[in-house]
Amino acid sequence: MLTTAEKELIEHEIRQVPAKKAACIEALKIVQEHRRWVSDESIQDVADILEMSPAEVDSVATFYNLIFRQPVGRHIILLCDSISCYVMGYRDLHRHITRLLGIQYGQTTPDGRFTLLPNPCLGTCDHAPALMVDHDLYRDLQPETLENILAKYT
Amino acid sequence: MERPLTQHIAFPPLGLRQYEAVGGYQAARKAVKHMSPQEVLDIVKESNIKGRGGAGFSTGMKWSFVPMNVSGPKYLVANADEMEPGTFKDRWLLEGNPHQLIEGMIVAAYAIQATEAFVFLRWAYKTAAAEIRKAIQEAYDAGYLGQKILGTDYSLDLHLHTGVGRYMCGEETALLNSLEGKRATPRSKPPFPQVSGLFGRPTIVNNVETLSYIPHIVNKGAAWFQSLSHTADGGTKIYGVSGRVKKPGAWELPMGTTMRELIEEHAGGMLDGYRFRGALPGGASTDFLVEEHLDVKMDFAGVAAAGSRLGTGTMVVLDDRTCPVGFVHNLEHFFAQESCGFCTPCREGLPWTEKLLWAIEQGEGRAEDLALLASHATLLGPGNTFCALAPGAMEPLQSALKYFRDDFERHIKEKKCPYHTYT
Repeated sequence: MLTTAEKELIEHEIRQVPAKKAACIEALKIVQEHRRWVSDESIQDVADILEMSPAEVDSVATFYNLIFRQPVGRHIILLCDSISCYVMGYRDLHRHITRLLGIQYGQTTPDGRFTLLPNPCLGTCDHAPALMVDHDLYRDLQPETLENILAKYT
Repeated sequence: MERPLTQHIAFPPLGLRQYEAVGGYQAARKAVKHMSPQEVLDIVKESNIKGRGGAGFSTGMKWSFVPMNVSGPKYLVANADEMEPGTFKDRWLLEGNPHQLIEGMIVAAYAIQATEAFVFLRWAYKTAAAEIRKAIQEAYDAGYLGQKILGTDYSLDLHLHTGVGRYMCGEETALLNSLEGKRATPRSKPPFPQVSGLFGRPTIVNNVETLSYIPHIVNKGAAWFQSLSHTADGGTKIYGVSGRVKKPGAWELPMGTTMRELIEEHAGGMLDGYRFRGALPGGASTDFLVEEHLDVKMDFAGVAAAGSRLGTGTMVVLDDRTCPVGFVHNLEHFFAQESCGFCTPCREGLPWTEKLLWAIEQGEGRAEDLALLASHATLLGPGNTFCALAPGAMEPLQSALKYFRDDFERHIKEKKCPYHTYT
């Protein structure tokens, strides 16, 4: 069930748009901010409040790569796998980070600390290779600096 | 040399008062208080500024399709969903001078008499989101946004929308679907968004760099804009270079600056031990240019004559120690992943292309695969798909097959990648 806080935020978004449905992405963002991911139950809740079918809400939720339909860890690592990073050392970085965390793309570390995901171009190609952890951008990366970066996140 | 777009970029960016102190909001003032919407449109049309998002369509022409004698809402959207791989120019403008974008949006919105405006910002640009949010609030507080702007009868609301991923959101009709809370699939055209866009209302979608230019054009005029350029396409342009060069970066330079000047002068040349083999001149969805094109003037017509597109003007360099097949595989992986799945050639063709390239890269390619890849360039080319994503994806592939054919053949013959080892 949605919390009162979630409901109020979603109702606020509904008031900004001409049709309830148009608040769908905002509603999913709100749920995810509060719960880190969007469960089947939350899809149903969002559908109820927006007067949509759950299938329609799910079709939106699953379209966007940054709406998570599976549980994720406390921190999300988005590793840029696009072309400038590829040229500048993405492959080494990828090898190193999967070894360091012991997980592959789409997986979460057993302690629930990190989820590792690939991400298209982060728009910082003059400082490739790059990655983001949660809201923080890291650039000009070397495989050996990864450990220090990850240590900041508990 | 004048650098109108970037001269006042600062990190953190200028606040509203500082921006005003360097001439900011003069154009908004002039347009809203002293010009008719038609006069604003005329000056932008006369400047002949072409869209800086990749397609290069005339901005004034685009605006002129908006019906002026209709009542009800009209919309202006700044496309800040910068996701073309290799492109990092709008981030610079968004983080470094958000008021310039907001002012450009006010002037553009006034010209088409929009009632509401949106910045559609990609998720990853966290700093830009914070700066834009702050700048919008300052603009409201100073009376540049909201009801009865600067005491006139013109009113405009401006909102920031942050996305949740997907390259498709950069395509203007898909962007509008996303703003409506839907899947970001493209819409059939016609009707064009200028007539029936966001929520079925007349809508203009312009790139950040284009909109940021509008205040300068209104202040200084069309002739001045033309005079900044080396070529018939006016203005300055933000160019960028990434890859194995000494000083990767972005620079505002006269439109028509050559690839050679960009790479050798501004980017400091190739890193020691690396040789230039080619470059995508304007992002992932543009054809390779090679050594013989280094003196091509990087404007819309010049790059087109060389067989590619100016695109976003941010170049990705391929060096002699990076595998061209792996390079193109990386691009096609991106496009296959980002296909919205709406039309069959794109949904099915791009993953096939990606798999063929991966097989070749791994040493498992067959001689006939090259013809199969080439056929995709036609089958997924212009006219065969619903939007421009797949045709864009085919541009680097078809040109790689042309310029780096030896590399493809070597992979197949030697049954391995001559550049990289795969374990």
